[in-house]
Amino acid sequence: MPATQVPLIELKAATKRFPKNGGGIHTAIHNVNLRVAPGEFVAVVGPTGCGKSTALSLISGLQPASDGETFVHGELVTGIPRGVGYMFQTDATLPWQTVLDNVASGPRYQGKSRTEAREQAREWVHRVGLGKFEKYYPHQLSGGMRKRVALAQTLVNEPQIMLMDEPFSALDVQTRQLMQHELLRLWSGTDAAVVFVTHDLEEAIALADRVVVMTASPATIKADFPVTLPRPRNVEEVRLTPEFLAIYRQVWESLREEVEQARMATSLGG
Amino acid sequence: MTTPTPTLPAPAYALSSEREAALLAGARKSVRTSTLKIWGLRAIIVALWLGSWEVTATYFIDPFFYSKPSQILVRLVQWFGTGTQFGSIWENLGYTVLEAVLGFVIGTVAGVVLGVLLGRSSYLAEVCSPFIKAANAVPRIVLAALFIIWFGFGISSKVATVVVLVFFAVFFNAFTGAREVDGNVVNNARILGASKSKILTSIVLPSATTWILSSLHTAFGFALIGAIVGEYAGAKKGMGMLIANAQGTFDSAGIYAGMIIVTVVALLAEMLITTAENKLLKWRPSQATTQAQGI
Ligand SMILES: Nc1ncnc2c1ncn2[C@@H]1O[C@H](COP(=O)(O)OP(=O)(O)OP(=O)(O)O)[C@@H](O)[C@H]1O
Ligand SMILES: [Mg+2]
Repeated sequence: MPATQVPLIELKAATKRFPKNGGGIHTAIHNVNLRVAPGEFVAVVGPTGCGKSTALSLISGLQPASDGETFVHGELVTGIPRGVGYMFQTDATLPWQTVLDNVASGPRYQGKSRTEAREQAREWVHRVGLGKFEKYYPHQLSGGMRKRVALAQTLVNEPQIMLMDEPFSALDVQTRQLMQHELLRLWSGTDAAVVFVTHDLEEAIALADRVVVMTASPATIKADFPVTLPRPRNVEEVRLTPEFLAIYRQVWESLREEVEQARMATSLGG
Repeated sequence: MTTPTPTLPAPAYALSSEREAALLAGARKSVRTSTLKIWGLRAIIVALWLGSWEVTATYFIDPFFYSKPSQILVRLVQWFGTGTQFGSIWENLGYTVLEAVLGFVIGTVAGVVLGVLLGRSSYLAEVCSPFIKAANAVPRIVLAALFIIWFGFGISSKVATVVVLVFFAVFFNAFTGAREVDGNVVNNARILGASKSKILTSIVLPSATTWILSSLHTAFGFALIGAIVGEYAGAKKGMGMLIANAQGTFDSAGIYAGMIIVTVVALLAEMLITTAENKLLKWRPSQATTQAQGI
């Protein structure tokens, strides 16, 4: 990241604590520092339950930090910052609306007319490959199709900041590659920053400019690996290059310790 | 197949059109026979019930107290033919239905508004909870007598009785519905740019609709009960008054006749509400699966 540029997203010593179920306090993330420039694609990996989703919720403004600060567009985050799109880890489609109306809800909230919103939505529904299903209700779709609805719902607003929480983990391998491809294509034309949480290290490296590794709970940032593979990338072919494998080995080395530690902590009943 | 347009080879699971027609016809036929069976048994049960009543009342027990189907039929024919002592039956029935519907609408609106309000504000809910519980514990049917003193023998005292009965039935469901809204869905809408009021109208109300609609079935039953009890407590017209009058003159057939008429009204209302429910909730999985059954 060029030093002169104002980061689009900045977490400064951010800490988030939750009350524990049986009393006491659980620290989800601790002292996290992260800067993301406009147009940058950052992948976040870490063991399960370490606090990746929590970090995203701080950036989105849905939750306040317990300590430290979050800045978006250089402004302190107090509510939901403008231009943020957030694809949740869990399903958030409206069951009583069709695919088309679900995708149109963003433009509707922004004050567009119904026809205009549907027009825009239809284009995105087609782009994510659900053209034949625009009149379906979510319960009539497969899990992967619902994820694609969520993707279209997020992208139709053309966010400057895309927070994506394991967006493709429910998809089959072919659809996943298709969506990765599509995401890169859509993002490359824009100045949007992407923070992409995933458990799939290959996906992280194939897509991102940087891969951030988080420690086992409470999460802080352990390492930050630049991915220097040239763009435009072909997500299927780039995995086979020696550069890719070199980066993969490096990142996996770092991640493995954390995964093992997390596994140990949970098996000890921590 | 001698069609000029090129056709894809039929997949292995495809059925010939005759076979498909036969399957569909078979499915339709089995639906028809099962409907016939259901209604046949229902008719037999009713015939047995009425027949045994008629026989018992004719030979063993005193029809003066217990009445019998033929007497009730005579009373119904008399009411609908020549009218009651208190004017046409339609006028009396219309009066009761008007009270029930007015009270139902007012009670439902009040219940939904207050239920959603408290469902979305845990502070208000906490503050109001003891009052609501106490008000719900009051034997509200007794209020009918009080309302007669307050509002007189006219329509307003009955409407007031209906409102208090309907309100609580709807309120608790609206409250639960509004409170149980999926927080994830609300967060998603906030991210997509929904304002507070948009969240209320486009997320909270639709999610609470399932709950609210299911309460309307019981609520309309309560509305009719409220109207009749109100009239029973004192009125110049209405089905409740006819029933009270029948009681006063030891006309048990009249009481049964009144009950039957009110029951028919309640069933019609139930049908209307179910239709509205199916329209509004056509997105529900259960609705879709009932349509897909049969083959
Ligand atoms: N609202 C909450 N209340 C209490 N604890 C919470 C809450 N949200 C998250 N936590 C806790 O914070 C920790 C981190 O959760 P988080 O969802 O951020 O993990 P994650 O890294 O996204 O995991 P995964 O990869 O499995 O999605 C967990 O231990 C979780 O129990
Ligand atoms: Mg998560």
